[in-house]
Amino acid sequence: MANEVCFRNMDLDRPWLLEQYQSRGGYQMLTKIMKEGVTPETIIDEVKASGLRGRGGAGFPAGLKWSFISRNAPGQKYVVCNSDEGEPGTFKDRDILRYNPHQLIEGMLIASYAVGASRAYNYIRGEFWEPYERFEAALEEARAAGFLGENILGSGFDLEIHSHLGGGAYICGEETALLESIEGKKGQPRFKPPFPAHFGLYGCPTIINNTESLASIPVIMEKGGQWFKDLGVENSGGAKLFSISGNIKNPGVFEIPMGTPFSELLEMAGGMKDGSKLKAVIPGGSSSPIIPGEQMMDLTMDYDAIQNAGSMLGSGAVIVLDDSNCMVKVLERMSYFYHEESCGQCTPCREGTGWLYRVISRIENGQGRPEDLALLDDITTKIAGRTICALGDAAAMPVQGMLKHYRDEFEYHIEHKKCMVG
Amino acid sequence: MSENQTITIEIDGRQLQANAGEMLIDAADAAGIDIPRFCYHKKLSISANCRMCLVEVERAPKPLPACATPVADGMKVFTSSPLAKAAQKGTMEFLLINHPLDCPICDQGGECELQDVSVGYGSDISRFVEGKRAVDKPDIGPLVNANFTRCIHCTRCVRFGAEIAGVREMGAIGRSEHMTIGTYVEKSVDSELSGNIIDVCPVGSLTSKPYRFQARAWELTQRDTVASHDAVGSNLHLHVRRNQVMRVVPKDNEAVNECWISDRDRFSYEGLYSEDRLSTPLVKRDGAWQEASWEEALEAAAKGLKQSGDQLGALISPTATVEEMQLAQKLVRGLGSENIDYRLRQGDFRGQEPACRWLGQSIEALEQLDAALVIGANVRKEQPLLGHRLRKAVLEGCKVTYINPLEIDLNYVAEQRVSSPAAMVDELAALAKALGASGCVIDSATVGDEHNALAEQLKSADKATVLLGNMATAHADYSILCDLAAAVAEASGATLGYLPEAANSTGAALTGLVSGSGKDAQAMLELSLSSYLLLGVEPAYDFANPALADEAFANAGFVLSLSAFRSESIETVADVILPMAAYAETSGTYINAEGRWQSFTGAVNPKGNTRPGWKILRVLGNQLDLEGFDQTSSSDVLEEAKAASGDRQPDNTAAASDVSERMHAAGSLTRIGDVPIYAVDSLVRRAASLQKTSDAISAALYLNSSEAAKAGLSEAQSAVAVQGEGRAELPVIIDSSVPDGCVRIPAALAGTEALGSQFGEVTLEKA
Amino acid sequence: MGYKSAPMSTVKPSEGKEALFSPEVKAEIDKWIAKYPEGWQQSAVMAALRIVQDENGGSLTRELMDKVAAYLDMPQIAVYEVGTFYSMYEHKAVGKHKVCVCTNVSCMINGSGKIVDHLEKKLGVKMGEATEDGKYGLKEVECLGACGGAPMFQIGNKYYENLTPELVDTILSGLE
Ligand SMILES: Cc1cc2nc3c(=O)[nH]c(=O)nc-3n(C[C@H](O)[C@H](O)[C@H](O)COP(=O)(O)O)c2cc1C
Ligand code: SF4
Ligand code: FES
Repeated sequence: MANEVCFRNMDLDRPWLLEQYQSRGGYQMLTKIMKEGVTPETIIDEVKASGLRGRGGAGFPAGLKWSFISRNAPGQKYVVCNSDEGEPGTFKDRDILRYNPHQLIEGMLIASYAVGASRAYNYIRGEFWEPYERFEAALEEARAAGFLGENILGSGFDLEIHSHLGGGAYICGEETALLESIEGKKGQPRFKPPFPAHFGLYGCPTIINNTESLASIPVIMEKGGQWFKDLGVENSGGAKLFSISGNIKNPGVFEIPMGTPFSELLEMAGGMKDGSKLKAVIPGGSSSPIIPGEQMMDLTMDYDAIQNAGSMLGSGAVIVLDDSNCMVKVLERMSYFYHEESCGQCTPCREGTGWLYRVISRIENGQGRPEDLALLDDITTKIAGRTICALGDAAAMPVQGMLKHYRDEFEYHIEHKKCMVG
Repeated sequence: MSENQTITIEIDGRQLQANAGEMLIDAADAAGIDIPRFCYHKKLSISANCRMCLVEVERAPKPLPACATPVADGMKVFTSSPLAKAAQKGTMEFLLINHPLDCPICDQGGECELQDVSVGYGSDISRFVEGKRAVDKPDIGPLVNANFTRCIHCTRCVRFGAEIAGVREMGAIGRSEHMTIGTYVEKSVDSELSGNIIDVCPVGSLTSKPYRFQARAWELTQRDTVASHDAVGSNLHLHVRRNQVMRVVPKDNEAVNECWISDRDRFSYEGLYSEDRLSTPLVKRDGAWQEASWEEALEAAAKGLKQSGDQLGALISPTATVEEMQLAQKLVRGLGSENIDYRLRQGDFRGQEPACRWLGQSIEALEQLDAALVIGANVRKEQPLLGHRLRKAVLEGCKVTYINPLEIDLNYVAEQRVSSPAAMVDELAALAKALGASGCVIDSATVGDEHNALAEQLKSADKATVLLGNMATAHADYSILCDLAAAVAEASGATLGYLPEAANSTGAALTGLVSGSGKDAQAMLELSLSSYLLLGVEPAYDFANPALADEAFANAGFVLSLSAFRSESIETVADVILPMAAYAETSGTYINAEGRWQSFTGAVNPKGNTRPGWKILRVLGNQLDLEGFDQTSSSDVLEEAKAASGDRQPDNTAAASDVSERMHAAGSLTRIGDVPIYAVDSLVRRAASLQKTSDAISAALYLNSSEAAKAGLSEAQSAVAVQGEGRAELPVIIDSSVPDGCVRIPAALAGTEALGSQFGEVTLEKA
Repeated sequence: MGYKSAPMSTVKPSEGKEALFSPEVKAEIDKWIAKYPEGWQQSAVMAALRIVQDENGGSLTRELMDKVAAYLDMPQIAVYEVGTFYSMYEHKAVGKHKVCVCTNVSCMINGSGKIVDHLEKKLGVKMGEATEDGKYGLKEVECLGACGGAPMFQIGNKYYENLTPELVDTILSGLE
């Protein structure tokens, strides 16, 4: 069964409107919590029980993260929603903002109440202007209806939610870079520890979650953590949005239970484009190592299955490649991205991503040298795990994946100074 | 995490005690275990971005940066295990791929942290066949040379600006491998501490411009000395080649200058090599200067002084050493005069002189202050490193209030109460009254809310101080300001302190240069004595009232000058000029603002035929058949000085002098004659590169628009300032930082020679 | 060691803020300043730069960045850092209609190359350039989070998806 959580209102004609959201029980969980005084502990326990893992890419258990914040400590606390959606291949949060903004707002309300935050920000990537306007309109409606502001529904709980627009920087999706960006600085990730739960936005305790993670909360509260958990499989609770794109007939975002076979997902997306042959799949956004098609066809879409296959579920961005694609060209484009998007502070990332790109692009342009593949292997090991944030790893892993599965194509390129595929 | 709790960790198999909360790298440094690093700097915030200090920590899956990993009890660390070494090697290779191979022509060659570390790693960069990155070389001013192609993006210079200098002038522009350090726009780096970025930069990206291409690190020998331009007494390394000072860098001394020095102390050495250094004795014969042998010159000098008796006046630069002062006062007293003084820029001598003016506290103690009242001072420019300590205090919550005749440009948030010199007295009197003090000037003051608030601030502060600076010293009612400051300190429980003008002002006081019975500097000039001895001073630039000084010397029967430089204002009035060794050429001792005795030896030989001041005075003493001039070394002289000062300690307490007559009258136009940072003494005034900075202003009439309107003057025209007989035609500059009733005419600058008191009445005439 | 979080505001608040921008622009910026805590007006620097860039026909100048710095009491260099870090800020003319073509993987394998060629041929300028008449500008951008509609581009605030050369022609002809 699809579309049960973030997409459950997709069948409505204008699901982004307050009255339509409410027609499906929207804001009832908030009302319940406010009126019946459900305790924050109960909420956090429910989220823990749901097995919800962060949908932004890292897959960290949301309930556990919330419990790190010392809710009763005095002083300002913040909840921040990460709608920067920059991972190539990912386009699900945009749909939540466009079609189900109220569910996200309700999720942010519940999260803020649970951790004792009275202010929340939604960091929306600057290019998402229309989704931003949708979200702003929804905020207006929610304010007017008394779901936002002071003493919400007479509970004594206050919350103000603001949008912050990005300016075009993939790195601002990284949670601490995002915080720096809200603080009016360059988006350069902070060294951790301290973690945001202790030293976050403006130095205050802060919880950061992905749009999809937060939008899932109201449903979890309504149907119960156990129900959500049972949608999915061991270690991968719930249903998830998968952004599937590439050489397929009907690309798009599909909400399916965790553990659904990839083959079914591909089915939903109409299969390969005009009968072309599946070559490989990038299962979790461009940072995740590529997986050969035939292997992928036997995998299910959940954290463990994909990890055991040597890759990552990441943000659930599935890029499907057919056999017309030259892997060298694909990798060249990906490494160009990371070298452009590095924030530039860490030596291995700043210098290493540029080096990777240049070597790969030399190979693509027929100037590869036999020793280049060993060099690439070596550079990636010198970047991965040596940097402040995970962009270093994100830049290294695709290269390692490609060289693992398609080394022959690279060798061919180097030897024949041209492409194996057509 | 309590900082003082100690725990045990193990680094490379060595058990160590470490302070909970400190970072691994600090613990390792304390134990002498070397971990390579580039972005880490003990005085700057942690950025952990260079990734050079990666080490292996037991049970940590990845190598961790030692600069950002707090020690934990029982932690096991390996700084050169295969994992650690591999990580460090990897970073080194990445740093080198885009670093130019121009070490042979790089000024940092031989003292480059990148070079040093890379040697240890023998990293071959031959694997990098792509083109190297090139960045253009902007002009960031006369002091620092920038070559950002060599930059390794450690961001130390950026953090230095934001955190130490207190002005963000440099930044990291752009992102990814395109990120470059710089000012983004063509702009000079103007902080008075800017030279320190040369030291914090680990590579040859930021180097000394004056030193550029002058020498190679290995050709230099290092000699230590003490800075001579303010009362901090910063500790210095002089880098010398073939008997010439090539450059100056800081010598760490946490208690004095930490690891910083001001640009003034770093670049003033250029003055040593200005073309008007004096190298042979000069004697004036029938109005014309002739070069003379030392014998002739000393004979002429002795002859001129012999008969003067108590008609002799000696005016000694406060930058003279303890040893020079000791022999000078012996000489003067030996000749039967008590007239000797170093307070050349003091504007008012009516008050009671305390035993020995000093900071009233240690330099380090300034950081602990909770409140400070600063009277008549631009601390940041007068004593840059005391300004830095005050800034640190402010960042920790200290409240600073200035009572000044000018609005000054600060690098921290403070309250500035700006008013005319006359009104400054009223301000302070009102504050004293608000604190419940009484006295002739105080009782007539009218107290406002702001005075009560300030009084409360000082009273309630745990550690508070009241400081008087150079603009107070030159103030015509200095004695009243001192009385009031003392009353305020007394009534609020704050510490009274002075910001001594020069490197050895405190030394002069502590060693008893001035005696009660002698004439003070001002009186010596007003009485126009028959003969004068000038040591290290230029009449036109080193006196509170240059016109008065010039007249007194011109009318004198005989003037002897000991000077390191030729100077028109000396040559017009002197009869004999003895060439004296300059800073860095002589051994000696300075006593800094906190009463710290710091001795030094000469780093280079005296230029040409010049002699150290103490030797000249000794020989002169013999020439004059005076007692006690048989010292064989400067340390003999120092011993004498120590004995002379006995157990005298720095002490600011003085009986209230109850002066009530106010010299600064409200209503009349008053000159604000502050001394700009790069005009303070004859060496700095000749330091070419410092004179090219934006702080090296030239003489002008600064006044606010309403005063300008009153005088019918406008910007970009010039006008004549008149003080008594003295006139000076100078450009007009509209400046809102000057209060009503005042015109700022900085002193000690070319063009102001003919004018009178730094703080006195002045009238303006159209040119 | 203690971590601190303080705005990088200048010591002396700048004067004459009123005169810096038009009332409309000021109101826009103030709306953003109001979203952030007291004293953290620098959080509005990204919005302010975007607003003045739009006002200025799509690109920033040093003067504009300096004005933003003055308005928010930030050191100028801090604004330059932000203005050069984020890719949506432009420092040269980009044309009235900046066409931002995504060429990242999903779009690439769905023919963004053809779209780029078509645009370059049609407008007679290369990626990163603007047309003589200043009407169009071309820019290659990274994944815009619309891979479902690959190939795609953004013009102004609007996304255009599932592009074909023909569709590109109709879109461009529909712009003033
Ligand atoms: C380079 C980089 C880019 C990232 N981009 C995003 C992003 O676009 N959206 C997002 O939600 N998380 C992104 N993340 C993950 C965030 O750092 C963070 O883990 C996440 O927002 C936490 O929310 P979650 O636990 O609900 O996933 C990124 C991480 C890295 C290292
Ligand atoms: S890893 Fe790259 S992106 Fe992440 S902080 Fe370091 S330099 Fe910036
Ligand atoms: S010294 Fe630790 S990362 Fe630079």
